[in-house]
Amino acid sequence: MKDPSSTTRPSGSKPVDYIRRTKERYDALGYPPYRWVHNEDPPPFSPFSKALPEARIGLIASGGIYLEGQIAFHHRDDASFRLIPENTAGNDLRITHFAYDTGDARIDPGVVFPLARLRDLAREGVIGGLAANACTFMGGIYSSRKVRDALAPALADRMQAESVDAVMLVPA
Amino acid sequence: MGLIAREIEARGIPTLCFSSARSITEAVHPPRAVFLDFPLGHTTGKAGDPSLQRDIMLAALEALTTIDTPGTILDLPWRWDEDDAWKKDAENEGDLRSERTDEPQYQHESDRIAAQAMLEREGCAVGCVFPEAGTARGT
Repeated sequence: MKDPSSTTRPSGSKPVDYIRRTKERYDALGYPPYRWVHNEDPPPFSPFSKALPEARIGLIASGGIYLEGQIAFHHRDDASFRLIPENTAGNDLRITHFAYDTGDARIDPGVVFPLARLRDLAREGVIGGLAANACTFMGGIYSSRKVRDALAPALADRMQAESVDAVMLVPA
Repeated sequence: MGLIAREIEARGIPTLCFSSARSITEAVHPPRAVFLDFPLGHTTGKAGDPSLQRDIMLAALEALTTIDTPGTILDLPWRWDEDDAWKKDAENEGDLRSERTDEPQYQHESDRIAAQAMLEREGCAVGCVFPEAGTARGT
């Protein structure tokens, strides 16, 4: 289980318990409970050994981000992903999602897709560079089997092909 | 997202997950995570505030380099507002989920036309990857 000493929570109110909230909502609608993935086993761990200014960074985001000209995501267990070239301008990005309020993300994609911020940091030399493409998908996929057997291996293949030294993953 | 992080990490590439839903991240238990206590849809900052977004990204990159205990979730020091009033709404808000179909849900109708034009011009869906179980694993 988690080691509480490894966290440094700032003072303030408790985080919203989205697992409990979703359970209550589904119960009220008469839906079967959503089966969250619970991993009790320790996660795999690969030490980060590069210096950041030499590291090539990959970016993967859910949140339903696509590029104008690409096929948009659908809202029923969409396990596909999109390649977003690292030099993409913010106003070419589009957002579709069923599970969060996309209002701010459509005004400023940087709230769920920090590509421009990473690009700034690469230009300044804080990080070594970016993968040629970021990867985006829908999230909110009910079938964890689909994620485990199809989407996750395909994204990992992609990151290996991009020869990245680390990957930042951003859910919405 | 944690399942994807685990898959990538298992192949030898370090990962860092952002999170605004601590209970979900605790359950999936990814290799490294930072928790930002903001409303969903703001995992890397506030709209129109690139300086805050930058500071949050720098803190996440720092976490990538410093976390050495697998499964650590580091709480970032920012708060959305003084009294956390948004949490009351987040606890009680109605179901935002729209009806679910296999139809692409375009942000703008013009996006549908642009996608159709691209498909006709290129003969394939450029930049769109549709993985299927068992076929994706390569390398």
